[in-house]
Amino acid sequence: MSAPTPRTPPDPDVPLLEVRGLEVTFSTGGGPVQAVRGADLTVYPGQSVAIVGESGSGKSTTAHAVVDLLPGTGKVTGGSIRFAGREVVGLGRREVEALRGDQIGLVPQDPMSNLNPVWRIGSQVEEALRANGFRGSRAQRRARVAELLAEAGLPEAAQRATMYPHEFSGGMRQRALIAIALAARPRLLIADEPTSALDVTVQRQILDHLDVLTDELGTAVLFITHDLGLAAERAEHLVVMYRGQVVESGPARAILADPQHPYTRRLVTSAPSLSSRRIQVAHARGEEPVDDLLARHADEPAAPRDEVVVASHLTKVFRTRGRGARATGFTAVDDVSFTLTRGRTLALVGESGSGKSTAANMVLGLLEPTAGTVLFDGQDVGGLSRREQLAFRRRIQPVFQNPYGSLDPQYSVYRSLEEPLRLHRVGDRAAREARVRDLLDMVALPQDVMRRFPAELSGGQRQRVAVARALALEPEVVVLDEAVSALDVLVQAQVLDLLAGLQRELGLAYLFITHDLAVVRQIADSVVVMREGKVVEHAPTDDVFDAPRERYTRDLLAAIPGAGLVLPAGS
Amino acid sequence: MPDALPTTGATRALRTAPRPGQEHVAQPLTEDLGAVDAVRTQDAPAGFWREAWRGMRRRPLFWVSGALIVLVLLVAAFPGLFTSIDPRTCALSDALDPARAGHVFGFDRQGCDIFSRTMHGARASLTVGVLTTLLVTVVGTVAGALAGYLGGWADTLLARVTDIFFAIPLVLAAIVIMSLASTRTALTVALVLASFGWPPIARIARGTVMSVKNDEFVTAARSLGMGRAGILVRHVLPNSAAPIIVYATVALGTFIVAEATLSFLGIGLPPSVVSWGGDISQAQGAIRTDPEILLYPAGALALTVLGFIMMGDVVRDALDPKARTR
Amino acid sequence: MRWYIGRRVLQVIPVFLGATLLLYALVFLRPGDPVLALGGERGLPEAVQEQIRAEFHLDEPFLVQYLLYLKGIVTLDLGVTFTGREVTEVIAQALPVTFQLALMALLIEAVLGVGFGLLAGMRKGGLFDSSVLVLSLLVIAVPTFVVGFVLQIVVGVQLGWLPITAGRDPDVVSLLMPATVLAATSFAYVLRLTRTSVQESLSADFVRTARAKGLSRAQVTGRHVLRNSLIPVVTFLGADLGALMGGAIVTEGIFNIHGVGGTLFDAITRGENVTVVSLTTVLVLVYIVANLAVDLLYAALDPRIRYA
Repeated sequence: MSAPTPRTPPDPDVPLLEVRGLEVTFSTGGGPVQAVRGADLTVYPGQSVAIVGESGSGKSTTAHAVVDLLPGTGKVTGGSIRFAGREVVGLGRREVEALRGDQIGLVPQDPMSNLNPVWRIGSQVEEALRANGFRGSRAQRRARVAELLAEAGLPEAAQRATMYPHEFSGGMRQRALIAIALAARPRLLIADEPTSALDVTVQRQILDHLDVLTDELGTAVLFITHDLGLAAERAEHLVVMYRGQVVESGPARAILADPQHPYTRRLVTSAPSLSSRRIQVAHARGEEPVDDLLARHADEPAAPRDEVVVASHLTKVFRTRGRGARATGFTAVDDVSFTLTRGRTLALVGESGSGKSTAANMVLGLLEPTAGTVLFDGQDVGGLSRREQLAFRRRIQPVFQNPYGSLDPQYSVYRSLEEPLRLHRVGDRAAREARVRDLLDMVALPQDVMRRFPAELSGGQRQRVAVARALALEPEVVVLDEAVSALDVLVQAQVLDLLAGLQRELGLAYLFITHDLAVVRQIADSVVVMREGKVVEHAPTDDVFDAPRERYTRDLLAAIPGAGLVLPAGS
Repeated sequence: MPDALPTTGATRALRTAPRPGQEHVAQPLTEDLGAVDAVRTQDAPAGFWREAWRGMRRRPLFWVSGALIVLVLLVAAFPGLFTSIDPRTCALSDALDPARAGHVFGFDRQGCDIFSRTMHGARASLTVGVLTTLLVTVVGTVAGALAGYLGGWADTLLARVTDIFFAIPLVLAAIVIMSLASTRTALTVALVLASFGWPPIARIARGTVMSVKNDEFVTAARSLGMGRAGILVRHVLPNSAAPIIVYATVALGTFIVAEATLSFLGIGLPPSVVSWGGDISQAQGAIRTDPEILLYPAGALALTVLGFIMMGDVVRDALDPKARTR
Repeated sequence: MRWYIGRRVLQVIPVFLGATLLLYALVFLRPGDPVLALGGERGLPEAVQEQIRAEFHLDEPFLVQYLLYLKGIVTLDLGVTFTGREVTEVIAQALPVTFQLALMALLIEAVLGVGFGLLAGMRKGGLFDSSVLVLSLLVIAVPTFVVGFVLQIVVGVQLGWLPITAGRDPDVVSLLMPATVLAATSFAYVLRLTRTSVQESLSADFVRTARAKGLSRAQVTGRHVLRNSLIPVVTFLGADLGALMGGAIVTEGIFNIHGVGGTLFDAITRGENVTVVSLTTVLVLVYIVANLAVDLLYAALDPRIRYA
């Protein structure tokens, strides 16, 4: 392309993008695998459409097929993709290159890995201009880059353009990527989970900004997301994908109000953003919410009301190696106090860097507090003898975030579950095996799983094994550090259900660490909101949600996708 | 029942009827949705090492290099199986004679049977290669793992020491030390090579141990009350083994080359020991007239090293976690 | 950035001291008396022995000798060999040839290694990739001296394209073959490193983003794939300069070049410890300086390092 193509105003009633019967196949060592099977999709000019699905549903693959950016061995093996009336499948390399950038832009998922670390931000934006026919002097190009970055919401854009990606925060990088994607004014913007790697409040800001920007420019947006609440909030038309197929599509409001396909129905029931919204609506109407899992203690026999963990004035200062001899301290946790009651759930909520995980590690006795104490059942965790410490370990156990890292990849499930028993010399061989079988039953995994290795299990299954390992020594407290955050919506709901059941059955107390307020609404009795190491608000869950006292809490609540949706309660 | 009306972006959604191609449609349920997150129970269980083994078995290169290595090991252990001629019984009258019955490779400048010397030379190369690799792996793993696991001063100390050893090229150091050594046996050569060959393994071990020790399963083991030493031995080391094994396999080949280089220079194994490096050095004098005398020991050496580095490649592909997850 | 450079330069000092001390100890703490050896069968008169010992400080304690030696390095006065030549003069004569040889080798391995590696990495699994990979394995497997002999026979004798040996004061053409031999093994490593590095970059997210911008394939390859893949390769090349100079000993022997390698080898066999230590020190110094240069270059290539 030598000059920017003059653009006739698009006819709003002629589809911009029409995907019909799309099939994408990956060739793997075990033969061809169909990732997308007969997907249909229509986007009109200026419209926003969302593809919703869990990981492996083929949602990203469908979007990448549109711009011919399928990874690895992926190939379009059937169907058609028409963009502005022109068939895209089978186009030559140069023709596709001409399409990218000024016709179709892409905002990728992970801002950390999508900018080249060795080039300045400005030059990466400039590249997008030059590749799409922007001719101008150095100064003109520089001015345009600054304009674009400013437009994407970066303050002091001219100066920021000279910085490198590693000097940017995640949110700033995502703004730079948006500037790049919109640099050549594409008619369609594909936004592939554009904010799922960011903190919730930043997510909301960026999505709002993107909304306004594409509205002004008249750009059509194709959102790819796993969050039905977010999709419904941001797009007028939804396409739900499951295992490579489009199972349901239609206007967002119609799908939320009247989901037809059983899978869509499951999604509507399970999406935490929607659940928390439903609880909200139910409260407002004075009805009994059906979505909360743990918060209904009123109709249960009152548990013995003792406080099992009392954290008082916890402070943790990490020494960071400063430049020169100026070793500075970084206060990760600053005078934090909370109390965990037996049989109840306390949620520690905060964004990255809030100190919530550091606080949890101090409760677990894995980190020594710089100041303050943790009392477990009245005993100071800090001053335990070796023997007492071993006894303490049996009573409090963690489950961590990463389903791929929380189990030793070289241990079979049996060995992972037996290890705590063996370490604490519980029973003989036969007794231990029986206990392992019990534990698998508890987390609803078949006995066959015993002989398997973590690599063979899905993320949800691994987290269930991790829960079983935590329960092996019959603890009183379980610390769930973002334990469900990495899981797909339905699996997340399943694990949350399981946790709720186990709590009722075994009288466990949960310390639930999360960044996701929507989940908190369903599972926690009370909430500690943390920010930059400090406690912002500490109150019962309903109070926090219905009458937040602090501005920051309100920001967090507003950031839950779908907070603005009007929903039928108790569907 | 109130409608679910998106409020943001509502301006765009004012259209009441969906446009063509965007009507509300649901696919008929073509397959069983199944339980959420059901366990696949039909495949056989697969541990890390078993999977790696399966991956290797599929590669032709594995079988080629494996056969080469087995053959060379066999020759090194039992050269008598392949030749009945004594490599040291030589008649100058046979010097540089071409191949004849019973002497398929012919004779070298001293009139020794080249085939026999080539077979018997395998032992020296392999002994030094294997011994050096073992020493290097043990020393490097222990030093690297401790530095990576303990961190702090132990780590700083190791970093400095490896820097110092890195600053002296392996062959150069070996030449200096070997020229000073009073006894020259396979063991001394291996010790000399190992004393300057361990830093790369230490760096690799340190790196993997440092990344593994931050894995969540290690924290989980700590929460169970397992001691530091127990965690290192039971969780961290087994999970750090793969890159060390890969490096060691390739290093074995390079140590064999290093030994041959030293013997070639006349400061490796003494001439009384039959070795490929020594024979190549001997053949050097007749290179213009009889290059084939040189090619037999050199070929044997190259095939041996090739076997090990090819195996290293196969092992790397099988054990590389990045290749596995894709 | 300034902080980074300063720290890196300071780190060089203990490494240099440690490495020279190690070499010095290895050479001078060995059993046997060089002065006795000097006299051969008959032996030197006691008085002469004493005189030599005093002149070379052999009667001082080891650490004192080492410190005197360090002083010598700083003042560029390394003393004389047993035969009375200035050691600095010996070095000055030997070093340039070896340096030229190593630089030529470095150039050969860099150009060919990166070129082949890039092509192979871009076409993973193709015919070119597979054959280049096999070639690289072969080159690693065949020892330098064998490669040297084969090239001598084929290129030198049979084809007669290049001179067989270099001799004194060699020119670029006569150094071409030795440099190729010296470069062979490293060429294979550079090739393999470039190849994996390119493959990794190709699957990086930022390369996909670059393509999504509408950049042409050549632009994506040059600005994103190659640029990022070069970072580890440059590190390897820098570290290799020292190894090439140290490893030149074999190549110089084969091609009869009177460089550091040959001089060092002669000095070792003659037991001229001062010369041995001085030459190895120079090699260590080259290695350390090359590494320092690479680290600084690395910081220039990868902006993330500057702030680490």
